Amino acid sequence: MKRPSGPLLLLVFLLIFPLIFREGYYQHLMILVLMWVAIGSGWNLISGYTGQVLFGAAAFFGVGAYTAALLSSKLELSAWWGLPLGGLLSVAIAFPFGWICFRLRGPYFALATLALNEIFRHIATIWESLTDGMIGILVMQTFISKVPYYYVALATAILSIVGVDYVIRSRWGYYFVSIREDQDAAESMGIDTLYYKMVSLCLSAFLIGITGALYTNYMGFIDPKVVFSLHDISIMAILVGIVGGVGTIYGPTVGAFIMVAVQEIFRTGGFGLLNAIGKATGWPFMTTVTKYISEAHVLSFGLLVIVVILFLPNGIVGDWGIIKKIFVRSKKPAV
Amino acid sequence: MAFFEVRDIVKYFGGLAAVNRVSFEVQEGQIYGLIGPNGSGKTTIFNLINGYFHLNKGQIWFQGEKISGLKTHQICQRGIGRTFQVVKPLKRMTVLDNVIASAFLRHHSRAEAQAWAEATIHFCGLTHFKDKVAKSLPIASRKRLEIARSLATRPKLILLDETAAGLNPHELEEAIALIKKIRDSGITVIIVEHIMKVIMSISDRIVAINHGMVITEGTPTEVASNPEVIKAYFGEDYRA
Ligand SMILES: Nc1ncnc2c1ncn2[C@@H]1O[C@H](COP(=O)(O)OP(=O)(O)O)[C@@H](O)[C@H]1O
Ligand SMILES: [Mg+2]
Repeated sequence: MKRPSGPLLLLVFLLIFPLIFREGYYQHLMILVLMWVAIGSGWNLISGYTGQVLFGAAAFFGVGAYTAALLSSKLELSAWWGLPLGGLLSVAIAFPFGWICFRLRGPYFALATLALNEIFRHIATIWESLTDGMIGILVMQTFISKVPYYYVALATAILSIVGVDYVIRSRWGYYFVSIREDQDAAESMGIDTLYYKMVSLCLSAFLIGITGALYTNYMGFIDPKVVFSLHDISIMAILVGIVGGVGTIYGPTVGAFIMVAVQEIFRTGGFGLLNAIGKATGWPFMTTVTKYISEAHVLSFGLLVIVVILFLPNGIVGDWGIIKKIFVRSKKPAV
Repeated sequence: MAFFEVRDIVKYFGGLAAVNRVSFEVQEGQIYGLIGPNGSGKTTIFNLINGYFHLNKGQIWFQGEKISGLKTHQICQRGIGRTFQVVKPLKRMTVLDNVIASAFLRHHSRAEAQAWAEATIHFCGLTHFKDKVAKSLPIASRKRLEIARSLATRPKLILLDETAAGLNPHELEEAIALIKKIRDSGITVIIVEHIMKVIMSISDRIVAINHGMVITEGTPTEVASNPEVIKAYFGEDYRA
């Protein structure tokens, strides 16, 4: 019999996870992980496989999120319609955006996506008659339990992994990677690089947009600061993509687990450890340290990017050989 | 009408005319040589045919259709393949994947693309390197990979830019054999080569250029005996 593979074991674990971990807190964290798997996979398609760095994933995430919210608040439809429609609206934005920006090579695309992110954040903030601006939009949640959301998130994550894997093995995937490796060579091989970069961006935007809509349904509340956040969404997406491994199928999964954990450690000050130390030792400055550390997570995200790029340029999945070697060597020293 | 024709093409870089009113015709089934000293504009002519640069003046015709003005990928789709003098392997892909990516132009299913890619790799003598990552190849094999990738698009005309440069005598013989094999398979070849021995021995006709202008055109013997060509290649002293 064949040994069950890592991804299969993980899938089985994820399928029964809510049955084992009944506490809402753990279920919440895992829902975040699964959403990040989907966003990370979307980011990975355009940036990891096609080589066009997406710096503003929040533009598509936020558009998906707002589609769901507005369907509910303005049209009194179910916010669940936001999943397909939010995905499609993200594509509708990605298409003309790519058509304009992909004519330029170099860092222009990355910078333009950053601008797109900011433009949408400002629109959502200023257009109060539609979005209620900074006040945000409240959506009635469908379920009280987290479990249904968990399984929708799991389905989205699986769809994104299976979908990206399917695309990457196909003609499109070959074209995306060829464009990443050498755009001139790709053109001379008969590949319409402008068109295929747009295809890749649209697929990415779809996955990220769907996840944005799911976020609205799950959280029941969105505002421009949260869903169009540069650091909590756009930069986080880059980190999820590169920590696990750029241009690998399971990289974003590994990245999502690590980054949600890192984010949570910072948010809670080491799961309350710092606070506890403060209380136990009676050092009042621990409270201050805790406060600064939770606020410094953006900075530490930056440091993490540097560490990963320096030591594991291909991410944890891509550099698995290197990591294994380090452990093997430390276990049995060279004779 | 000729199979392939370059009509009066001009390309300026700033004030400098890198290609200046160049015209030539290539008949189907020929190996056509393009010679000239370093910097005379040979690669630029390929880049113009290929649509990588825009023409300032002139036209390029292929199989009765005007192809100047088309985009690079459209020119490839029309049936003109090329290799790069400075090779451009898709570095982190295997040799097979490099060629499959090209084969997808004419074969949309993965299985067909792979079968055609494998046949092309075999044709180019790269079977041994099939599963190697492209960046790990030695230079002679990288040059072959350029050819394989181009052939995988099933061109009717192929532009080979100094594919014999930097090869040792043995590799050179193999490269010449491969070029002849390509011609024998029914593909017309335009070849840029610095090594006179190569180009003289395999070309049906040759155009010689210098400073972006045509010096002479004709059979290898005609071109080799042209005093301007001798001057451009060996300097004034040689003639005396
Ligand atoms: N992209 C470019 N920009 C500016 N000048 C160029 C460019 N490409 C080539 N040239 C110039 O055009 C001339 C012809 O170059 P090239 O076609 O590469 O010569 P060859 O292939 O015959 O050695 C040279 O003077 C070179 O410097
Ligand atoms: Mg050259």
